Amino acid sequence: MTDDYEHYEAVVVGAGPGGAAAAATLANNGVETLVLERGVEAGSKNVSGGLIYAEQSAPYTIDGLFPNFREEATERPADEYYLHNVAGNKVKTVDMTDLHHTDTEWCDSVLRRRMDGWLEDRVHEMTRETGGGLLTEVRVNGLLREGGEIVGVTCDELDPIKADVIVAADGVNSELARDAGLMDWDEPDEWFQGVKAIVDMPEGAIEERFDIREDEGEAHLFSGDLFEGVRGGGLLYTNEDTLSIGTVFHLDSLVAEQAEPHELLDALLTHPLLAQWLGDDYEEIEYGAKLVPDSKKVAHPSPHEGRLMLVGDAAGQMQAQGPIIKGMNHAVTAGALAAEAFAQAQARGDESTAGELYEQKLRTEGVMDKLRPPQYELASVVGENERVTELGERVVNSPLGRAGLKVAEKTGVLERGFNSPFVMSIMPDTKLPYVTIPTALGEALGDRVTDENTIQPPDLADRIGDLTYDVGDPHIELVDNSFAASGDAVSACPVSATDFGGGCYRDEKVKTNGSEEHLVSLDTQPCVECGTCAIVADTDWDHPAGGKGVEFKQG
Amino acid sequence: MHTVVLTKGVPDFREGQVSFDEDGHLERGKTPTVMNPNDKHALRAALQTKVRHGGSVSLMSMGPPGYAEVLQEGMADVYADDLYLLSDREMGAADTWATAMTLATGLENLDEEPDVVFAGFKTADGETGHTGPQTEWCMDWPLVTHVIALDIDEEERTLRAKRLVEGDVKEIETVEAPLPCFVVADPDFEPTYRTAEHRLRYKDLREETQARAEEFGEYLDDETEKEPTDWDHFEMWNHEALNLDPDYIGLDGSPTIVAGVDPIPKAPSEREATMIDPSDEAGMESVFEEVKPYAGGD
Repeated sequence: MTDDYEHYEAVVVGAGPGGAAAAATLANNGVETLVLERGVEAGSKNVSGGLIYAEQSAPYTIDGLFPNFREEATERPADEYYLHNVAGNKVKTVDMTDLHHTDTEWCDSVLRRRMDGWLEDRVHEMTRETGGGLLTEVRVNGLLREGGEIVGVTCDELDPIKADVIVAADGVNSELARDAGLMDWDEPDEWFQGVKAIVDMPEGAIEERFDIREDEGEAHLFSGDLFEGVRGGGLLYTNEDTLSIGTVFHLDSLVAEQAEPHELLDALLTHPLLAQWLGDDYEEIEYGAKLVPDSKKVAHPSPHEGRLMLVGDAAGQMQAQGPIIKGMNHAVTAGALAAEAFAQAQARGDESTAGELYEQKLRTEGVMDKLRPPQYELASVVGENERVTELGERVVNSPLGRAGLKVAEKTGVLERGFNSPFVMSIMPDTKLPYVTIPTALGEALGDRVTDENTIQPPDLADRIGDLTYDVGDPHIELVDNSFAASGDAVSACPVSATDFGGGCYRDEKVKTNGSEEHLVSLDTQPCVECGTCAIVADTDWDHPAGGKGVEFKQG
Repeated sequence: MHTVVLTKGVPDFREGQVSFDEDGHLERGKTPTVMNPNDKHALRAALQTKVRHGGSVSLMSMGPPGYAEVLQEGMADVYADDLYLLSDREMGAADTWATAMTLATGLENLDEEPDVVFAGFKTADGETGHTGPQTEWCMDWPLVTHVIALDIDEEERTLRAKRLVEGDVKEIETVEAPLPCFVVADPDFEPTYRTAEHRLRYKDLREETQARAEEFGEYLDDETEKEPTDWDHFEMWNHEALNLDPDYIGLDGSPTIVAGVDPIPKAPSEREATMIDPSDEAGMESVFEEVKPYAGGD
């Protein structure tokens, strides 16, 4: 019967930057390409911190593939880059602009709905000429197999489709990567969770408060003691007329501290340091969240299986090494390389070698070394050792350590260290670099911030209420509803909270026949589809059908 | 496949649009005219035919020249290709019979005979549901009503439709009819596009016809243009163009006599209510007594 199915040479799943780059490159090579996107528009399912890079060393950049990208699809350039080390209301700011500009051709802030929506039109135009095209509101839900071999995709809205190559650019919660058994969603320490607020700014306020021109922008990072000891940090990027303000934390740390993501975001928003930028009137226009793979641990070294190739977040290709946060650029490179590999394999008459060729290109083009720095693998053995961490903590907090920090600052070692890509790439995933050192820096070297921050961020109910949903059928099922198995979701889910009944997850004490059970209940209506609960709770996690679920207007 | 959809301009009965006078009579001058909402189901059925089999969709209506805007709405919303307006003072004040005569003649006057003619189920103003079937009667074609799904076999020149059996929404029958055929689409009609190819073609059509509808909109807004038939995709025919005898159309050709119109009385705005404080036990007891007779589930 499968002979009746439609066939395209290439099917690209997901129309984010990775999918767009793959589709454009396939189309440029004359490959008949169908792109399937589950959002109502590309970008409506996406959230990102908000900076996209074009690296000098990368073989492909997004503006190389899509002319006028910067002029039409991005917000502002990120010219300057600062890290604020916070201890109480003392702040030691380190200029990291040099690190930021290392290997950087350009870097712009973006909002995903606008950016991906712009890409969608171009990709559709390019792929339509090949006999394919781009369709929205189609959810690809799995792989089509024949005799155990992957031959295509299955969808909620369409009959199965066969293809000679399938590029899975379906994001961090890739259903295809899971179906192929290439990725799993088991270990919280392999993931970060990011939450973000888009803040509307009055006309001219960004220029005035950041002291920049209309065509300039800034990036600010925050770490130290303002996040209840959770490993991670905050970010603030200037957009055209909004600010992206967010926090990104190691998921295992978030769970261990039982911290509420929205409260950590509020801790950043209400810190006195932000008063200078936020002013008195705070208008939040969107709250969003996403999971971020930690490429050091999960970037798949061999992200292909038969006709399937994974690109971008789906393959764990998200570089987050301390203050270096690069994802979309790697997705673009990987997407284009996967497409190039298929086109070359097809030209040689042996399409089955496309996956191997893609893997090889990821290595030779230096992508894998950026995602999984060999020096980290070596250094983490020492750096993430408990005794080493303990020792480090003690040294930093000792009078000698404090004196050392001062010397480091005076001699320029501090600034140099922060601006060294090597130092950043060996940063261990412990509290030492994320919390202890920044806090010590703030305390020992910081200036006291005297501004008063008067803003009041909206509560979680309002944040959920402001989002747009086209509620479909429940797409997540709780497999084990005991608190022991799934209770972590109550606090870790960005739209749930302990003592808040209006979110996805609630903890409940149920009395039956004299005994009391501690259970978790789930209502997927306010779900922002980040995937956190897929990892921290025992669930059957699927995306909603095409066009259903949350619709981000900013992203 | 050439399909034609019959449509009518009706008062926009949506809240905020519609206007009634003190006696409850509709104020036509203050109420905008829109495409009859049910006709969109007919257009969707026609569009599905075009997406699956190619060809074109024409939209035809009888009414004053202002109905051109209704046709433009149809083009923008549901992607019609060509628009036909049968418009003439002699056609005015027609009942369903005279309207059906006129429409059937309009259909016969087309250069290419349609394979399927679609009509919507009832207009929002007249609510008769007669015009479609009466038009079909004039043409002597097979008629399939209450259609909720449609499939066409081009080679066999047959149409297979799922239709609701009247009076019972749970009963669905499948019928087959030869082409050409007249189809009345039910409001439950759901077009299905299960292949990427169809969806891509649908997307192409949307772009194509929306651009055309915009062009037509600009043309309608341009008051310097006097001859509406100048535009390639729009034809306006009067009774002479259709070779129709004025005695058989419009008011003169309408056997229906409207003896009078009774406004529907407004629902009473006052109701009796008894307020009971939940802490008042005797009061709550009386609520229970009040409700008890209905608690049997009958």
